Amino acid sequence: MAEYKWPPMEKRRVMGKRIARLDGPMKSSGRAKYPSDMNRSDLLFGALLTSPHAHAKVKSIDLTAAKAIKGVTAIRVISGPGTEIQWAGTEVCAVSAVTEEIARDAVKAIKVDYEVLPHLVKEENLAKVGARAKAAGEQVTGDPDKAFADAEAKTSGDYGIPVITHCCLEPHGSVVAWGNDKIDFWPSTQAVSTVGGDLAKMLELPATQVHVDCQYMGGGFGAKFPADRWGAEAARLSKESGGRPVKMFLDRATELTIAGVRPSHFAKIKVAGKKDGTITGWQSESWATGGIGGGGMAPLPYVFTNIPNRRMNHTQVSLNTGPARAWRAPNHPQASFLTCSAITDFADTIGMDPLEVFLKNVAVSARPETYKKQLAKAAELIDWKKKYTHGAKKTGTLRRGLGIGIATWGGAGHASKCKLTIHPDGTVEVEIGSQDIGTATRTCITQVAAETLGLPMTAVKVKLGDNSYPPSGPSGGSTTIGGVSSSTRKAAVNALEKLFEKVAPSLGVAPDQLEADDSRVVAKGNPSKAMSWKQACQKIGPTPISEMGENEPRTAAREGLNTQGASGIQMAEVEVDIETGVVRIVEVVAVQDCGLVVNPKTAESQVAGALIMSVCSALMEERITDQTTGRVLNADMEFYKLAGLPDVGKLTVHMDITPEHDARGIIGLGEPCAIGGIAAIANAAANALGVRVPMVPLTPERVLAALANRRNA
Amino acid sequence: MDNFEYANPTTVKEALSLLTAGSEVLAGGTDLLSLMKDDVHKPKRLVNIKNIKALGGIAKSGNNIRIGATVTLDELASNPLVRAAYPSLVQAALGITSPQIRNMGTVAGDLCQRPRCWYFRSGNGLLNKSLVESGENKYHAIFGTGSAHFVSASSLGPALMALGATVKIAGADGKTKDVPVAQFFKAPNAEGEREIALAANEIVTDILVPSPATKNATYEVRHKQALDWPLATASVALRMSGTKVTSASITLGHVGPTPVRATEAEKMLVGQTITADSAEKAGAAAVAGAKPLSQNAYKVQLAKVAVKRALLTAAGVKAV
Repeated sequence: MAEYKWPPMEKRRVMGKRIARLDGPMKSSGRAKYPSDMNRSDLLFGALLTSPHAHAKVKSIDLTAAKAIKGVTAIRVISGPGTEIQWAGTEVCAVSAVTEEIARDAVKAIKVDYEVLPHLVKEENLAKVGARAKAAGEQVTGDPDKAFADAEAKTSGDYGIPVITHCCLEPHGSVVAWGNDKIDFWPSTQAVSTVGGDLAKMLELPATQVHVDCQYMGGGFGAKFPADRWGAEAARLSKESGGRPVKMFLDRATELTIAGVRPSHFAKIKVAGKKDGTITGWQSESWATGGIGGGGMAPLPYVFTNIPNRRMNHTQVSLNTGPARAWRAPNHPQASFLTCSAITDFADTIGMDPLEVFLKNVAVSARPETYKKQLAKAAELIDWKKKYTHGAKKTGTLRRGLGIGIATWGGAGHASKCKLTIHPDGTVEVEIGSQDIGTATRTCITQVAAETLGLPMTAVKVKLGDNSYPPSGPSGGSTTIGGVSSSTRKAAVNALEKLFEKVAPSLGVAPDQLEADDSRVVAKGNPSKAMSWKQACQKIGPTPISEMGENEPRTAAREGLNTQGASGIQMAEVEVDIETGVVRIVEVVAVQDCGLVVNPKTAESQVAGALIMSVCSALMEERITDQTTGRVLNADMEFYKLAGLPDVGKLTVHMDITPEHDARGIIGLGEPCAIGGIAAIANAAANALGVRVPMVPLTPERVLAALANRRNA
Repeated sequence: MDNFEYANPTTVKEALSLLTAGSEVLAGGTDLLSLMKDDVHKPKRLVNIKNIKALGGIAKSGNNIRIGATVTLDELASNPLVRAAYPSLVQAALGITSPQIRNMGTVAGDLCQRPRCWYFRSGNGLLNKSLVESGENKYHAIFGTGSAHFVSASSLGPALMALGATVKIAGADGKTKDVPVAQFFKAPNAEGEREIALAANEIVTDILVPSPATKNATYEVRHKQALDWPLATASVALRMSGTKVTSASITLGHVGPTPVRATEAEKMLVGQTITADSAEKAGAAAVAGAKPLSQNAYKVQLAKVAVKRALLTAAGVKAV
């Protein structure tokens, strides 16, 4: 039985090293070709006609004028007469043409008659949503009424975080070519091994008929798993255009309107506790929307899950807006923001340093000791003890404040299969139906294979992004690094075992007495019995060694290559101009554990990216809908605001790399680091101002309104 | 975007002859192209004026500094004459925190750009009073009583107005006219009217900024530090006798359909020394006539602070 466990920390030569991402130069020089970069000479362009109404019934569609336009190759009706449209931007027709301009002209020439129906696109004021509100039940633990009656201190606050969009720089879409016996599908996807089957199902074809190829993709964040309507329509347009490939990517406005949102979350939260900071009771009345399907309750109270007495009520609000999709740690950033805000306000009210209150109450979390250590580390990095003063004591026009956010996540590896081939010439290739969504998956797989085989990175060729390779799970739930590293490790160990069998007779030792190190195959404890990797591979014979490795989630925890349970603390320092309400980031600190870290450099980069997203969400991001027209007003990158470099401030990332965490195996990172930042920044602003700004993003109008409310109180 | 014809004249005369009905002037294109892509503008012909040499350059011209219409925002902000005399113009140009836009966008283009009102940009017209009043108006006007609730998007307009600048315009008949910047901007009363005093067959050729010495500054309040539209700006120009103000010129930006002159505040400052107190009072006077909409009362505060900080900056007093 092969031994798969990771080599000891101190013996690793490639894993755990700060290695720059292998495809960095390809990406930064533009040589990396994304699906939306594909421009074959026979390419057709697809465009969508979308509904201008948020709620309407399609009465009739007239394609006559559009069909008459020269250069149009196919037109398809997606939402035919009788269809009830539930949000503006819904796909009504699709067109393919020889140029993008003609396709757009044809879309404009289609005449659709709608019966406009009443819509609702706003949920911030729950009193105004009427019948669109649906109670999602009450959860009670302990005796919250008694806890509040007996409490030495109580606080009550209103908090809100709006709907935001994924804002993928490469919009959703694909190029599809309908061939005689197969469909070539080049989607921008997070799910190379499953998206082909998804497309086949929509087209009612065998899954075997779809070939998927996605070498690079420009951002998904949870919104790019399915083949999507526009993928299926591009395929059908290709079929109706004689099999010429059709390129259909959403334009920016449609991308921001229908390609996925993170649900909002609003809550009235009451906290009861003792004057020493111990929290004894929690009550929350929350509501959320993610579009027509409403929005589920975020996990409240977050992290502090075992507050003894709790009552939670939640209401789902159904809106005529583009639907929700997973957004980097679904529901966790909202839950962290709501919970950490309420706990910070409790600390402020009893006059305690919030750091002390967090330290005291992590006792009711699942991992108290880890959080205590991480709180201490983050506090050290941001110099909390020296800088913290209560909000009521701040003076001056520019006021600084500190805040805390907390995170928890699973992150166990997904199902993954990997094939590793050692060729007789000594070259090595890894084939895996996974994807690199910008997280350096390619680089990390290469590190694991090189580490296991005792080879340099350059000796290993990793092939991914193609569904003809062994299947690997979608990149969601922070499951990729655990899955692909484990399957790669096992494939490499299995292949090495085969190689040792071939080499052992020549070296006169048993196969299990061999090891691969420094591009050589060596007898353990006897360096004189060795041969170079190349010489060893000549013993393979004409047929390459090719072995599989599999990560099976049900048994993975037992094997120990990957596991789950990541914790993180983020702290922020902000500076608020109390005359203008402008909030600037001074610094955001992240302390994050994710078990064994394959590549600290790319891990830190991933955390830094998450911090930037948190800055955007805390200060700027908000989908703004118009109740009169039912449309998104800022479906662009002008008034849908994202941070630029001057807005980001200093980012400090501390990966919690310790022997204890390392021994847990690999744990996913993408999501846990994208959770606590909003809470940290919002709490820092509350500390700076001495008053809570109830809703993020912290725009000047919201900050000034909070200050005015305090003056008027 | 519809198909269009592209003309590339090298003289103003030639350009004017090309500006027939349905034609539009193309300079930096940073605004026009997005208007065309959004089907808000559908010109039949674009007349590129960037190859007309006479429209470039910055030079002393009598008592003025002449700024050519096609001078880029970057050229403006880095010009030594401008930097020495008009910090308010430099600050206004640098408030456009995108090197790409500063490299492409032109001075006259900044004055002629269309409003950013999201109802206008999504095809609902410029004077959609009821949509704005009942809808999302946090970025809209707090001044103006007519049909227009949009805000002038010009960054340089308020600064040029405070400096008493003039726009030189060439017309189809071959004649030129000088229009004070204050009269160049106007609030339209009917859909289809423009928000600038420039006919479709006219071209801005120069901007003339008087050179008598003033202490001047622009202060911009912006949500983001990176590229973002101002929420409110104030540009001031002060003539001083020692520490006393002999005359003040104050213009607010991004708060009304045109730049808004603050005459009461200007009068108040005559004979005063600029202090935190006098600047604060001038700020309050500048916004006394504001009539905010349902969501933009905060802009009154921002405009007030912008005036205060612009005055303090112009006077060389620490503003924050």
